[in-house]
Amino acid sequence: MKRLLYEISESWKIAVAQMQANKTRSMLTALGVIIGIVAVTLMGTAITGIQKGFDKSMSIIGDDVLYVNQFPWSRVDDWWNYRARKKIRTEYADRLNRMIAATPNSNLLIAVPTSSILRSVRYADSNVRNVFVRGTNADYSIVSTVDPKEGRFFNEMEAKGGANVCLIGYDIADALFPTGSPIDKVIYINGNPFKVIGVGARQGSFLGLFSLDSIVTVPLPAFQRYFSANSETDVLVKVKDRERMADAKDELTGLMRRLRALPPEKKNDFDINEQQAFKSTLDPIKNSIAIAGLFITGLSLFVGAIGIMNITFVSVKERTKEIGTRKALGARRRTILLQFLIESTALCLVGGLIGLLLAYLMCFGIGLAVPSFPIELSLGLVMISMLVSVMTGLISGFAPAWSASRLDPVTALRYE
Amino acid sequence: MHPNNTRPPGPIVIDIENITKHYVMGQETVHALRGVTLQIHRNEYLAIMGPSGSGKSTLMNMLGCLDTPSAGRYEFNGKDVSAMDDDELAAIRNREIGFVFQTFNLLPRSTSLRNVELPLIYAGIAPATREEMAAQVLREVGLGDRMHHKPNELSGGQRQRVAIARALVNDPSIILADEPTGNLDSKTGEEIMQLLENLYQRGNTIILVTHEADIATHSRRTVFLRDGLIESDRVTEGVDTQSLAFSN
Ligand SMILES: Nc1ncnc2c1ncn2[C@@H]1O[C@H](COP(=O)(O)OP(=O)(O)O)[C@@H](O)[C@H]1O
Ligand SMILES: [Mg+2]
Repeated sequence: MKRLLYEISESWKIAVAQMQANKTRSMLTALGVIIGIVAVTLMGTAITGIQKGFDKSMSIIGDDVLYVNQFPWSRVDDWWNYRARKKIRTEYADRLNRMIAATPNSNLLIAVPTSSILRSVRYADSNVRNVFVRGTNADYSIVSTVDPKEGRFFNEMEAKGGANVCLIGYDIADALFPTGSPIDKVIYINGNPFKVIGVGARQGSFLGLFSLDSIVTVPLPAFQRYFSANSETDVLVKVKDRERMADAKDELTGLMRRLRALPPEKKNDFDINEQQAFKSTLDPIKNSIAIAGLFITGLSLFVGAIGIMNITFVSVKERTKEIGTRKALGARRRTILLQFLIESTALCLVGGLIGLLLAYLMCFGIGLAVPSFPIELSLGLVMISMLVSVMTGLISGFAPAWSASRLDPVTALRYE
Repeated sequence: MHPNNTRPPGPIVIDIENITKHYVMGQETVHALRGVTLQIHRNEYLAIMGPSGSGKSTLMNMLGCLDTPSAGRYEFNGKDVSAMDDDELAAIRNREIGFVFQTFNLLPRSTSLRNVELPLIYAGIAPATREEMAAQVLREVGLGDRMHHKPNELSGGQRQRVAIARALVNDPSIILADEPTGNLDSKTGEEIMQLLENLYQRGNTIILVTHEADIATHSRRTVFLRDGLIESDRVTEGVDTQSLAFSN
């Protein structure tokens, strides 16, 4: 047992000396492994990054919210059938709240109406077009994490009275007020004056997904006063217990059917959506990254493994006499096998480490270039990379190492 | 050539009987050894002589457990070698046999110390002890000041001394030297022979392969091989081996 340990440590030293003696050759050979490891780590990082970014932007509007919409969020082929549906109306929120209050042990907490439309917003000479303007009531702060960086959300009185006040997203504030505070300034939404009472904290946008940073929120009556034509209305319903989403969804479906007075034989003429369903839209992106990544990784590791197998065969050939000498001095087959396996593994490990370093630098670069993309090299990925490197080394080194261990000592010693 | 100080022979170390070895090369079969019977005792200093191609190295490899005979019996320290597998043979080579090669066969990138340590690694000896033992033997062969030199920083004679130190370090039963002076000039060769004489005097058993008669005079017994057979086996003390007839 101790002998095995000494043999392994000896083999490591030889492997390192061997690489130092053949730096260029080793580097070139390790190239495949380097590329493979870069590919696998970047792939892993991209996938976790996308997931994280998605989760982050989704967590602003809690994942314990159900959305009553005219259309389903998933893609449908017969969209015309949905177009014919009756629109969702803001009054549904009040009626749903009354029904919830009347239901003992309801799974639902509160319903909040939101109407939205795209409008341009102006302050002084600055103009931002196609801004997502949303009208809602004060309960919105219960449903969503409203967290103004500056100022406040509108209060009950402003909401009910439909005061011309607004809460602007981080990016809007940035565009209209590059210097100075927007608070108490009056901006014009499609020419209608609104006083800024709050600025949203920065959320960050992610892969072009919907972001609260470019939204202007106003009290619902004010919204209806100016923008009600062509606007889109949804009702957000917060559930009591996110563990019981399915029950809540069933209950809400029941309430909506009652509200719409649908007889049992008729199908739903509305959709209840939840973020969970939206999450699956990410899967194709993640899958294609994974497939591309695995393909590149597999290909470069395959090429790398063949290169390393080749170089190990060369190394065995070059050092046939040394193998003979070692055998004469008492090296067993296992010893020789180990030595060359460790040499190929060491080569792959160095390749893996260089690959990790490159991947780290790339992640760092991406982080600088696209700050909104949450990218980081996880410990798990580092471990996987090292494991993959070691496996590549062992697999590619096995054939040459085996042939070396089987060499006849006399033949090996006679080799010139 | 040497003072009359032959040491009394000890127990039998090597006992071979009717050993043959042939190599099949395509259509042809080369009979390197055709039936060699030989006994070697502890404390002997034996030279194996013969013209080139007579089978000296083949016999040497056989004695050194590097090769197994095609037929015949071989007992090393009373153990039947022909029945051993690769790893058992490796263990015998590691503990009982010290090889000295014509071309030194040192690891080019390792220092003298590391080269000498090699057999100790395979013997499973701990690093600190290993280094101590290797340093000790290097001092004994006169290389106390060359321990951290690599082979290419040493002269031929010094390289062969490192190789001899490596052969000695595990305190083997026999030392096998195949043309140890073959790659050295005559003066350096003579120094190496002096070193082997010293080792013999200290109690080592030495088997020397050479085709040079004046090198063989250092031994106490000479075995002549011709065409894979022992032609003669005689005590060479006092005998002028150069007058012995053999053609190259
Ligand atoms: N591995 C081998 N394969 C084929 N023939 C060999 C091999 N080793 C030795 N021989 C042959 O066996 C004979 C004896 O060789 P060897 O023992 O090396 O002679 P010496 O050392 O006395 O010069 C030679 O004819 C040589 O060609
Ligand atoms: Mg020879």
